[in-house]
Amino acid sequence: MKFGVVRFPGSCDEVDAQLAAARVGEAVLLWHADRDLQGVDAVIVPGGFSYGDYLRAGAIARFAPVMDAVAEFARDGGLVLGICNGFQVCCEAGLLPGALLPNTGLRFVCRQVQLEVVNASTPFTAGCAEGERLSIPVKHTTGRYYAPAPLLDAMSERGQIVLRYAPGENPNGSIQDVAGVCNEAGNVFGLMPHPEHAVDALTGSADGLALFASMASAAGPRPLARA
Amino acid sequence: MPNLQAPTAAGSAPGLARALELGLTEFEYGLIVEKLGRPPAQVELACFSLLWSEHCSYKHSKKLLRSLPSEGPALVMGPGENAGAVDVGDGLVCAFKVESHNHPSAVEPFQGAATGVGGILRDVFAVGARPIAVLDSLRFGEATSPRSRYLLDRAVAGIGHYGNSIGVPTVGGEVYFEGPYEQNCLINAMCLGLAPRERLIRAAAAGVGNALILFGASTGRDGIGGASVLASAELGVDDAAKRPSVQIGDPFEEKKLLECSLELLDRELLVALQDLGAAGLTSSAAEMASKGEVGVDVHVDRVPLREPGLEPFEIMVSESQERMLCVAVPERVAEVLAVCERWETRATVIGEVTDSGHMRVLCDGEVVGDMPVPALVDDCPLYDLDPQSPVAQLYPAPVRTLHTEEPREVLLALLSSSNLASRRPLFEQYDCVVQSRTVRRPEQSDAAVLVLDPSAVAAAPDAPAPALAISIDANGRRVACDPYGGTVEAVLECAANLACAGAEPLGLTNCLNFGNPEKPHIAWQLTESIRGLGDACRALGVPVVGGNVSLYNEGGQGPIYPTPVVGMVGRLPDARRAGGLGFAADGDEIALVGPFAPDLHGSELAKLAGAELPLGLPEFDLDAVRAAIAAVRDAVRAGSLASAHDVAEGGLAVALAECALAGGRGATVSVDPERPTPGHRKALPALFGESPGGFVVSGSPAALAALTARTRVVTLGRVGGDALSIDAGETRVTVELAALRQATGALAALFA
Repeated sequence: MKFGVVRFPGSCDEVDAQLAAARVGEAVLLWHADRDLQGVDAVIVPGGFSYGDYLRAGAIARFAPVMDAVAEFARDGGLVLGICNGFQVCCEAGLLPGALLPNTGLRFVCRQVQLEVVNASTPFTAGCAEGERLSIPVKHTTGRYYAPAPLLDAMSERGQIVLRYAPGENPNGSIQDVAGVCNEAGNVFGLMPHPEHAVDALTGSADGLALFASMASAAGPRPLARA
Repeated sequence: MPNLQAPTAAGSAPGLARALELGLTEFEYGLIVEKLGRPPAQVELACFSLLWSEHCSYKHSKKLLRSLPSEGPALVMGPGENAGAVDVGDGLVCAFKVESHNHPSAVEPFQGAATGVGGILRDVFAVGARPIAVLDSLRFGEATSPRSRYLLDRAVAGIGHYGNSIGVPTVGGEVYFEGPYEQNCLINAMCLGLAPRERLIRAAAAGVGNALILFGASTGRDGIGGASVLASAELGVDDAAKRPSVQIGDPFEEKKLLECSLELLDRELLVALQDLGAAGLTSSAAEMASKGEVGVDVHVDRVPLREPGLEPFEIMVSESQERMLCVAVPERVAEVLAVCERWETRATVIGEVTDSGHMRVLCDGEVVGDMPVPALVDDCPLYDLDPQSPVAQLYPAPVRTLHTEEPREVLLALLSSSNLASRRPLFEQYDCVVQSRTVRRPEQSDAAVLVLDPSAVAAAPDAPAPALAISIDANGRRVACDPYGGTVEAVLECAANLACAGAEPLGLTNCLNFGNPEKPHIAWQLTESIRGLGDACRALGVPVVGGNVSLYNEGGQGPIYPTPVVGMVGRLPDARRAGGLGFAADGDEIALVGPFAPDLHGSELAKLAGAELPLGLPEFDLDAVRAAIAAVRDAVRAGSLASAHDVAEGGLAVALAECALAGGRGATVSVDPERPTPGHRKALPALFGESPGGFVVSGSPAALAALTARTRVVTLGRVGGDALSIDAGETRVTVELAALRQATGALAALFA
């Protein structure tokens, strides 16, 4: 199992994601200007402030050459995990539905939060139980998830709402406490909390490791293009 | 008389009047004329006025600073480099420094604070270390003041904006609110970085014919004269007009600059590296030449500009942010430029190292400035201070806000006071986890704890994980009461905080924030404070690896409290045994450890009660405090204590409340009131008095008993329940955890 972690100018959590993924497999960095994904089995679009988050969070990074390859990889059924800024990039790139808006408090917030696993049947959460609580930190200014009500209902029905903030834990005003969503095919998953910062009790929590472990067991050999 | 090439294109010399405007004295101007053998041209005057400013030359403090101890077994790089460094084991060194950005922040708090962080980060990666943590020390006027709340809000946002965006965690800090900072807030930022020992690089230019390469952001008019106009004069009424002197930060540019600089060093492409900070290109080029005992030619027409039409002197003194200067041998220049291009960082060869011993400034081939490097860097006159101890307190009594002596109400008032309430609304605006090192976050331990090698932690979950602990401290009001004793206390408090995490100090950095040193009482504060700093460091065996001095911190209402900020870095052998401050298990025994001798003079309670600041603080036994610190440190790193917390502002009752809140567990304790005073007053000194050398620890009775061999131990009670209950003679204080939590949440209102 080989993870590839994208590095944009301004990425901050790419080495953290690499370290976390390396606990369950091999992990390499992917340079933003390269289209070559080095044969990885899964891609992580990491947190940080790609291109300074100028213009709008994620809006410039989606045009990086590497993102063409990531989009193609996703179309072919490859696993793509977008964390925080990576979630924003995936939304901007149209790989995930909805958008991330400024926190209702309009401030950066760094906090350990409790999440609830809503859908434990995705390749990212298969190692968790439905309703399980995960303690994972958030740290962002632009993390308020939004999608129009009809879309949100449809997503909910299709199991695309993967994680919610536990009651009372929503740090940013996300609609219906949504913390993480996947695409219709279930192979692209984005979340605002940082599972790579919850992989060892020594640094606060090991609950996020389940997401990487789930990916490692799910990815196996990369599936062929969808029919 | 030096043989200097007279500038050919500079026009007539600007003269004495202009020199005075730039902050030089008539005496200093005369000295410059003597050094040059002629009146300085415009570029030259600009360079001298900055390098001879207080901010760059330390002319009022250098003689005193020489008295500080700067030797120690762990020392790798001492004062004089961009950042000091200590050996932390495993082939790694830790470079660290604290610096002020007070006046820019008083004028424009968001950018002032943001670029303060940006500047200290560059100081650290300029020596080849990857920044791994930022801490800050902030001072504002009373939180009831709208101006203070504005400065606080914007400064915190600015610190977060820069640190968060660049991927360096802000892991700790401190903030206090006191009237004397109303006009002149303090924004001190500390950064520490790690480097393999062999990657450390000094800033000395070497190799005649080597290229001088400027890389990073382009150069604009921002920050012109910041070091002399803002940093070396008192604040005044027309400060809004000084906004153009405040630099504008771009953390994205700095993130690229950081990665690019470290890659250049990893590839061993550089001879020397230096950041551009105060006084911009002038300072960087002159410092590099001075350290290498060489000369430099700087071609200002080659410097990439943000806007056309900058004069040569403006290019030389611009404080545009996110720029670095490096020296490379000619054969490596192409490789240097290629690495910069990969990181989308602009790089330009702007000059070369010469054997002239002069800094020459050229524009379109014409010499517009030619100055001997030693004259610029070393020959600024150093001044003796004229210290005079005041016969009466310089500062007015704080405004009284507390009108009760009922201990429960006093405890809640202290916990909800702006100086003691939880800092959560601030530190939640900072990323404290990026880089995967953070083992103790704010409010989990008295010091931040960071593992040295996160990948080793992942690879060997059961092996010891060596770590650093860091603390930053100062207490301006206590230093105002007693500049010597208050400064000693600040150093001890840092060491005590490290001890509670289990760490032994390796080195110390400091930022001395004071008023105008040309005034005798301020000179006395500074002299006494540095004497205390030196004595405390010698007592603990901790070297001062570097620091910063910020003088002229005065507004219309007088000087700030003298505020020597102390940052200390220590090492602990295993982060898995890092101490925490919260009570950990019901039934654990609680003890007060150390030669704690509580006294209300200069305390937080005295402040709330509106008491006059005393002239002098009670003396204490430094050796006994040192012994208590060592005993607690050893017990924590042996893993024998369940919690450890230094008793600081607010005294024992507040410390107990903090342990209870951090652990989410109550406690039942009794303390012994010793003072023969009537009624509730009898209990107040024991509950809320302050002094160095006190720790609240919890653990098994055997573990606490073991400490008695090394220091004083007074058993207080046991952990348990959902309230803090303190029996103090005739007085009993019981407060539910929920009420404690509500009180300590008071700062949230400032950010609503």
